[in-house]
Amino acid sequence: MNSEQYVAQQGAYNNIWKNFVKWFNDSLTLGEMEIRRIRHDPTDIFTRAVQPVLWLLVFGETFTKLKAIPTGGVPYIAFMTPGILSQSVMFIAIFYGLTLIWDKDQGIIQKFLALPVPRSAFVVGRTMGAMVRGLSQAIIILILALILRIPIRWGFLNVVGTMGVVMLGSAFFSSFSMILAALMKTRERFMGIGQVITMPLFFASSAIYPISIMPRWLQVIAVINPLSYVVEILRALLVTNEFTNIFLHLGILIGAIIIVIFIATKLYPRLV
Amino acid sequence: MIKVENLAKHFGSTKAVDGISLDIKEGELFGLLGPNGAGKTTTVRMIATLISQTAGTIEVNGFSLPKQATIVRNFIGYVPQALSSDGSLTGYENLLIFAKLVGLRKKEREQKINDLIKLMGIENFSKKLVKEYSGGMVRKLEIAQALLHYPKVLLLDEPTIGLDPIARRSVWEVLETLKKNYDVTTLLTTHYMEEAEVLCNRLAIMDHGHIIAVGSPQELMAKTNTSNLEEAFIAFTGYGVEEGGNFHELRTVRRTARRLQ
Repeated sequence: MNSEQYVAQQGAYNNIWKNFVKWFNDSLTLGEMEIRRIRHDPTDIFTRAVQPVLWLLVFGETFTKLKAIPTGGVPYIAFMTPGILSQSVMFIAIFYGLTLIWDKDQGIIQKFLALPVPRSAFVVGRTMGAMVRGLSQAIIILILALILRIPIRWGFLNVVGTMGVVMLGSAFFSSFSMILAALMKTRERFMGIGQVITMPLFFASSAIYPISIMPRWLQVIAVINPLSYVVEILRALLVTNEFTNIFLHLGILIGAIIIVIFIATKLYPRLV
Repeated sequence: MIKVENLAKHFGSTKAVDGISLDIKEGELFGLLGPNGAGKTTTVRMIATLISQTAGTIEVNGFSLPKQATIVRNFIGYVPQALSSDGSLTGYENLLIFAKLVGLRKKEREQKINDLIKLMGIENFSKKLVKEYSGGMVRKLEIAQALLHYPKVLLLDEPTIGLDPIARRSVWEVLETLKKNYDVTTLLTTHYMEEAEVLCNRLAIMDHGHIIAVGSPQELMAKTNTSNLEEAFIAFTGYGVEEGGNFHELRTVRRTARRLQ
């Protein structure tokens, strides 16, 4: 095939639908790669479950007895369960970018970037992997809640909705993490910034206490913190059954995901 | 097939590649020979569409870079210097993911993967995790990955760095087979004189971002009146090949070497 024929052929292929199918298939393939990685070595899924278990068992049980935090009439442990679920999903996803740096050091990213694959598929594929990880975390925590007899709502739609929102939360924080990885580029710097931001994100959200009891300045941060929206939706699903703001919250979350995926796609090629 | 004119790449004040020109013909196995830090890797990365040049032009099969990178990616296969196969997957899975990404259909995919596994002689290891492979096997797997979409151009960055002599020879055999039986143009970088002498139809000696000499190994030896490439290299550059390189490059090389053990 000479150059002209090639260009002509490319032109014929150049319609939006085919490109979309290619993009979608490539994203799925890259997601499949992430899932195969997890399947070969699932240990970290279980070690990651230790921390939320401690939060629920130690912190949760204790604070339920104290009755120090206004929860709107529900037991504190039920109030905090969606918060701990969100937190543990966020903690896993926020360090997801580390795999990017690891792959960059191994030359894997460079080799993939020389392939005829749309750049955004790399980000979306990895996001899919993070969503599966988040989902496995949610399942473990829900089983734990069942064992501890935490009084949350166990309706079918409540649980399915919870899974969906957990995946959205994973998507946001993993893509955000990829942005950090592309900017930081080394493991040391990435870990540093990761440690610095996770705790503030956690405490400046409604995960373990309602926004209404926070000081004014913290409330401002909590409102722009995407984790708050994950927590609010999960709390509506699992505890309050109060869905007045659900579309607003979902809209904000999905909008935020699109923005971070877009930025991560732009920055991804910097990882050569 | 690969045409490069006055190509330059600067990183801040460092001139990694400083105005080089090359014309690599179809079917050639062309070598870039030089010490660490000569600009070989940077040159390959520009041709592999990973980074764009500061100045000059690159044409691969008639398409210019970086503008037509998405087209060029359809017919290049690239193997970076670092070990780029995924150690947490099996050899077969590494090939499978790549085959899907380059758009091979299911039937063709299985056929092609099996052919390449056979060609590389890794039949007994294809279901094992790559982190259990020897260095030579990883390299061969990587070359197989780069060959899945029938590339016209194969770009190999230090394909035998860190390998023991036996593994190095087995990689050479694969490259010889490709040269004989496949219609592929290969550009490889190396700082091993023997490798350049044994494998390459032509080579360019690179130093400090410049090309000092181009020709077949025989021509280069004749020009300098020397009997082997090592002496020819010293005659051109004024020193031996092992002396170059900075901290960062040395660290990369050592890291690769360690992983290959």
